[in-house]
Amino acid sequence: MSKRISNRIRPAVVFAALGDKTRLAIVARLSSGKPASIVHLTAGSRLTRQAVTKHLRVLQHAGIVRSTRAGRESLFTLDPQPVLALQDYLDRVSRNWDQALARLKSFVED
Amino acid sequence: MKNPTGNQIVKRIELNAPVARVWRSLTDYREFGEWFRVALDSPFVVGQVTRGHILHPGYEHMVWEARVEKMEPERLFSFVWPLAQFHDKERYSSDYSGAPRTLVEFRLEKTATGTLLTVTESGFENVPAEWRDKARSGNDGGWAQQMKNIETYVEKNL
Repeated sequence: MSKRISNRIRPAVVFAALGDKTRLAIVARLSSGKPASIVHLTAGSRLTRQAVTKHLRVLQHAGIVRSTRAGRESLFTLDPQPVLALQDYLDRVSRNWDQALARLKSFVED
Repeated sequence: MKNPTGNQIVKRIELNAPVARVWRSLTDYREFGEWFRVALDSPFVVGQVTRGHILHPGYEHMVWEARVEKMEPERLFSFVWPLAQFHDKERYSSDYSGAPRTLVEFRLEKTATGTLLTVTESGFENVPAEWRDKARSGNDGGWAQQMKNIETYVEKNL
């Protein structure tokens, strides 16, 4: 499962997906963690169902939103974790290597 | 490249020291310990596990462990090591038997001024997603914190 996530996540796609006010608004609505339907996401906004659907597709493609079927409708949930966690993890390991190699450099060059 | 997804770490560093010197600092367990900040109990031997204790401040409770894969003199030194699920003292476990492992490779190349060292760590796809999260700098916020982060990000950017 982690392999599937890591292969799917592309930071550039993620940032592009979040660089849109409408999509950020959708993400904000989903940030409670509760699954929401298209109807729920459209309610109270000036957006059409089609527009919301289109934006959800972009968010799904970026791996930030997942959908599950519940009867006839799809429910959408926010999933920021794989992106943030993977990036953060690799950053941390990367920083540790930088420090270790800096120590190696002064060790062998002394 | 075996792994085109960016799910590995590659570091290159120019060292102003002869290849033989760098090789020794990598494969002599005492010298390795000096710069890596780990007190190792036994030499590196292909196919065998070397253990020790981390000396890095804040991580002294952690056991260091690696199994040497390859030792091609002055060319390639590699080992496989386990990942600890938690780094903080309270939850850390030194039992690495089912832990995901990554491969670390040190490649040496002679240059005009010394040695080009390339370090590659791969196999992060073996790390469960929830471990990646928990390994975050010891500040284990988990899912709730991630949601908060996103909310804050969204509020700031709306």
